[in-house]
Amino acid sequence: MTLNGWLQILFFSLCVLLIAKPLGLYLVRVYDGSMRWLRPVERAIYRMCGVDVEEDQHWTRYAAALLFFSAVSMLFTYLVLRLQAVLPLNPQHLAAIPDRQAFETSASFTTNTNWQSYSGEVAMSYLSQMTQLAFHNFMSAAVGMAAAVALIRGLARRSAGRLGNFYVDLVRGTLYVLLPASLILAFVLVQQGVIQNFKPYLAVNTLEGARQTIAMGPVASQETIKQLGTNGGGFFNANAAHPFENPTPWTNFWSVFMIFMIPSGLVYMFGRMVKNQRHAWAVWTAMFLLFFAGVTVVYWAEAKGNPIHAARGVDVVATESNPGGNMEGKEVRFGIANSALYATVTTDASCGCVNSMHDSFTPLGGLALLVNMQLGEVVFGGVGAGLYGIIVMIVLTVFIAGLMVGRTPEYLGKKIQAREIQMAMLYALVFPAAILTLTAISALIKPGLAGLNNAGPHGLSEILYAFTSTAANNGSAFAGLTGSTYYYNTALGLNTLIGRFMMIVPMLALGGFLSEKKIAPENAGTFPVTGPMFVLLLVGVIVVVSALTFFPALALGPIVEHLSMLAGRVF
Amino acid sequence: MTIQKRPLFDPPIVMRAMRDAFVKLAPRHMLRNPVMFVVLVGSVLTTLVLARDVTAGHAGISFTLQISIWLWFTVIFANFAEAMAEGRGKAQADALRASRTQTHAKRLDASGNRNAPVDKLAFELTPAPSLRRGDLVLCTPGDVIPSDGEVAEGVASVDESAITGESAPVIRESGGDRSAVTGGTKVLSDYLVIRITANPGETFIDRMIALVEGATRQKTPNEIALTILLSGLTIIFLIAVVTLQPFATYSGGPVPIPVLIALLVCLIPTTIGGLLSAIGIAGMDRMIQQNVISMSGRAVEAAGDVNTLLLDKTGTITLGNRQAVEFMAMPGVEQSYVADRAQLASLADETPEGRSIVVLAKEKFGLRGRTLAEGNRAIADPAADRHDIPVQMEFVPFSASTRMSGINAGRLQLRKGAGDSVAAWVREQSGVVPPEMTIEIEKIARAGGTPLVVAECEHGAARVLGIIYLKDVVKGGMRERFDRLRAMGIRTVMITGDNPLTAAAIAQEAGVDDFLAEAKPEDKMALIKREQAGGKLVAMTGDGTNDAPALAQADVGVAMNSGTQAAKEAGNMIDLDSNPTKLIEVVEIGKQLLMTRGSLTTFSIANDVAKYFAIIPAMFVVTYPALQTLNIMRLHSPQSAILASVIFNALIIIALIPLALRGVRYRPASAAVILRRNLFIYGFGGLVVPFVGIKLIDMLLVVTRLV
Repeated sequence: MTLNGWLQILFFSLCVLLIAKPLGLYLVRVYDGSMRWLRPVERAIYRMCGVDVEEDQHWTRYAAALLFFSAVSMLFTYLVLRLQAVLPLNPQHLAAIPDRQAFETSASFTTNTNWQSYSGEVAMSYLSQMTQLAFHNFMSAAVGMAAAVALIRGLARRSAGRLGNFYVDLVRGTLYVLLPASLILAFVLVQQGVIQNFKPYLAVNTLEGARQTIAMGPVASQETIKQLGTNGGGFFNANAAHPFENPTPWTNFWSVFMIFMIPSGLVYMFGRMVKNQRHAWAVWTAMFLLFFAGVTVVYWAEAKGNPIHAARGVDVVATESNPGGNMEGKEVRFGIANSALYATVTTDASCGCVNSMHDSFTPLGGLALLVNMQLGEVVFGGVGAGLYGIIVMIVLTVFIAGLMVGRTPEYLGKKIQAREIQMAMLYALVFPAAILTLTAISALIKPGLAGLNNAGPHGLSEILYAFTSTAANNGSAFAGLTGSTYYYNTALGLNTLIGRFMMIVPMLALGGFLSEKKIAPENAGTFPVTGPMFVLLLVGVIVVVSALTFFPALALGPIVEHLSMLAGRVF
Repeated sequence: MTIQKRPLFDPPIVMRAMRDAFVKLAPRHMLRNPVMFVVLVGSVLTTLVLARDVTAGHAGISFTLQISIWLWFTVIFANFAEAMAEGRGKAQADALRASRTQTHAKRLDASGNRNAPVDKLAFELTPAPSLRRGDLVLCTPGDVIPSDGEVAEGVASVDESAITGESAPVIRESGGDRSAVTGGTKVLSDYLVIRITANPGETFIDRMIALVEGATRQKTPNEIALTILLSGLTIIFLIAVVTLQPFATYSGGPVPIPVLIALLVCLIPTTIGGLLSAIGIAGMDRMIQQNVISMSGRAVEAAGDVNTLLLDKTGTITLGNRQAVEFMAMPGVEQSYVADRAQLASLADETPEGRSIVVLAKEKFGLRGRTLAEGNRAIADPAADRHDIPVQMEFVPFSASTRMSGINAGRLQLRKGAGDSVAAWVREQSGVVPPEMTIEIEKIARAGGTPLVVAECEHGAARVLGIIYLKDVVKGGMRERFDRLRAMGIRTVMITGDNPLTAAAIAQEAGVDDFLAEAKPEDKMALIKREQAGGKLVAMTGDGTNDAPALAQADVGVAMNSGTQAAKEAGNMIDLDSNPTKLIEVVEIGKQLLMTRGSLTTFSIANDVAKYFAIIPAMFVVTYPALQTLNIMRLHSPQSAILASVIFNALIIIALIPLALRGVRYRPASAAVILRRNLFIYGFGGLVVPFVGIKLIDMLLVVTRLV
């Protein structure tokens, strides 16, 4: 670990902190409808789609609208991917995507996962990339934000029973937040050298005399929204490690910053909406502590490197000219600190884009990345998804700890009772159930084991990582697993849908139930949801609950791998 | 009901609980508790594996045998905890049943006109259980009142010690707020004609038996929510353990079934799962120990949530009656003379205020409390009348129109009463009202007191003598109690019929947060509704029929046992001691109940960390020797580690039974302080204790060569 590395991480942290308030204030105005500078466009969209702006939806209506929109857009994407060969904007004459892969890809992009079992540059036409994948990059992010706003309204409203209008939230999030931000930031990236063109791929002669095809395309426009919307689906297979996607340390900084930007702002917005800014900062702090612990472990593990290398005389100590540590799978232009930061942020925030290969991380580093996702993607998390995820965790925390103060637990004045716990528990249950069940099945059956590059614990980590990443709607890959098989396309595709919609629906139900309740005034007997005590408690519950669930699986994967490595054995 | 204070582990109760622990193994009963049901299934499976191993002659039977024994113990210990909690109630119910003797009632003919007096001699002896609602019965001294009812006729003293434990007899009379009688109580003097209000099996004692026995016990809302949480956790751990087998198979070899079950049982929240119903029953039981009968567990829970406490001023905050504390003389009048005249005017006044005047005069000026006969002479004296001729003394009672009372004794007339009416009386007799009077009255009223003006008219000359300062005396220790409530986040509101000025002064003195002055029953109701609309839970006490609607509307309505039937039916708790301040204890018991649940849940979940460190390395150390590093407790062998965890898991249930029955220690404090303390004890303690416990058991197992 170097001072320079830490300074970069701290600079990043500071930026995440500073963006929270201005962006949060902007978001409040977007979702309460007082942001009007694109009013004519907004109105035109409502008219065109026949949206009744005045309709305030019950949670069932809100959830139905969300599911309907997602289903239709997923089906449309599936058709385009299947038909891309005969559609325009396909200068490379790329063939149709096979049906299972098309299913998986459309599911994965609809759910903000962006798990890619194909190489973008050799499989996707420009049309598929721009009209479908980029479309979902916007929409899945806007859906996530809308869902979070709906849940917050449930908390903020008094005996209302309504959560707002899904279509209006969707349009506003896209129009006022995602589109302008992507547009502006795309210029920053283009200025730094990220490409943006419709040219056919270049064929060049390399210095060594070989012929190489260099992929082209409208990259910058996709890159910004991929980061901002915590989507993570790269234009190229190498994702953000590719020099056309992420050419410089400066673009690298913007990339990671863009991931945490909206989630950080959303937390501030939450505080404004429920009129308890101190609570929102407590939530922000809990998220930050988890992030910081994660990045510390990963940076430490990667900088320390593999003791077996050290024992063989490889120089693992960082010097002026040598990054030291474990550089396998990392880009030299980023080094260890920026790779560790990127990997932590991308797994924390369900983004899933990568600038280094997670499969090549040390077992401990890989473990930290896995755990980041297994915490339920609540460490800032996916846009919207992270916030509603942590609110569900808070509901559970408040329930257990709230009993300890001798009251029926209350969260922001809303009593947490049987129905709320039912939905929160369902939310918390679906996630490990999907991951563990599918990983277990894959570890038993032939098609599951067929895709493994490594045997032993590392192989198990690879399967576990794939299902964790898809259920968490992260989309990053451990990359050791050949995912483009019939079995994995199906299982992982289904897993993304479970991890998204089977969690969003109970979460919206929770919001609906909460919205019907009265708000009890706060007093000395109320369980405090601010201050260091609460932060610690929340972090504790998040860590303990997920650790208790995943510990056995992790023990047989990365933990045993790490311990074996210390004993001089690798897999 | 005489509440016996029993030791926690009363031998007869323990014996009965031990038997019941096995009876409760019936699957139908176990299904009520999902967590323990999983343990039961696990125990059965392990036993089946054991049977298979025995018949197949496998090695290592001792280990499976021990695991299966301890799994069964886990279930039985949990059942024992529940049976212990119920046992205390059952013992009380038995005592109640014994008191409900099979009496014969003197049933009167009630077929005639309701308003016509019934013929009290034409009764027929009817067994008490065959009495129906609406029947009229006659009770004479020595009779046990056969069933719940209302006094239709008569006044009598009744011994209610069977219900309240209070030996002093109480008066029951027809009409008004003291008309309700309870079956099982005994008439001591006079007679009562009682209209039965409960059908057999629905009487107060029947309901009480059912309540203390827990026969009608239903899960409370909070218990349901917690059960959902615990079931959810159980499912998560079930998935974690079931999927572990494929991972194990992938990694090198499957794990034996008993070991997997052992891991599962250790992980699922058996500690709280096993003690949950015991905690709920014990909470009800603690209410009964306080002589409060709660109609449902829901009410006990709601008590813990109360935000606002409505307390009647009279009898709750103040001693119940205004008392004279000072005599103030008008210019030119001796203070002792005022005292003397005031005492005289009050001799026939049987109201508590009147009596307090007599007492004060005696205390301050040594004026003996005279009887009316003596009083006659006293009047005679200063008036220079002849001693031997007793003056005809006539008592002038208080009436709402005159707003004064007093005496007429020959030429001497004494009046005491509200300032303006007495002043008017003085002026009527062409006397002069000194300006000081109005000033003093103002002063007293502002201080929260009630001024009573004393005036005399002797030989046609009327004058104001002085003022009696009547004061509401706030009960001792009330301020401290309200401070405690405030620390818990509970707002106290005093309800009084006094004017706002007086109310404010008393509120200030007693230390309540707010007051409702000149309150009519409708105002009380409106206040409750207003508080509830703001999301608050309201508790109140009441005893009168006009309290009934408010008692029903309040989230926690504690009816006084001395109150009317209507009040008792409207409330969801009955205080047998009829002590309105007990509301505070009720709130504390409710809080303690929830705290006990929360603390043990935290403890249970925190325990899992240590169990993982014991069992996971033990399971896989053969496949991956490197995992020995995780065995941070340095447990002797894989088998001893697993066994020690299972044993710890079972024993901790037994160890925590006293805590579950008594409840966690409760001290009034703000939520933040309570949380910090409980989180440290049960959260941090829950992390550490099993590390120590499992290690000790492991060492013990090694020493005793059980592994």
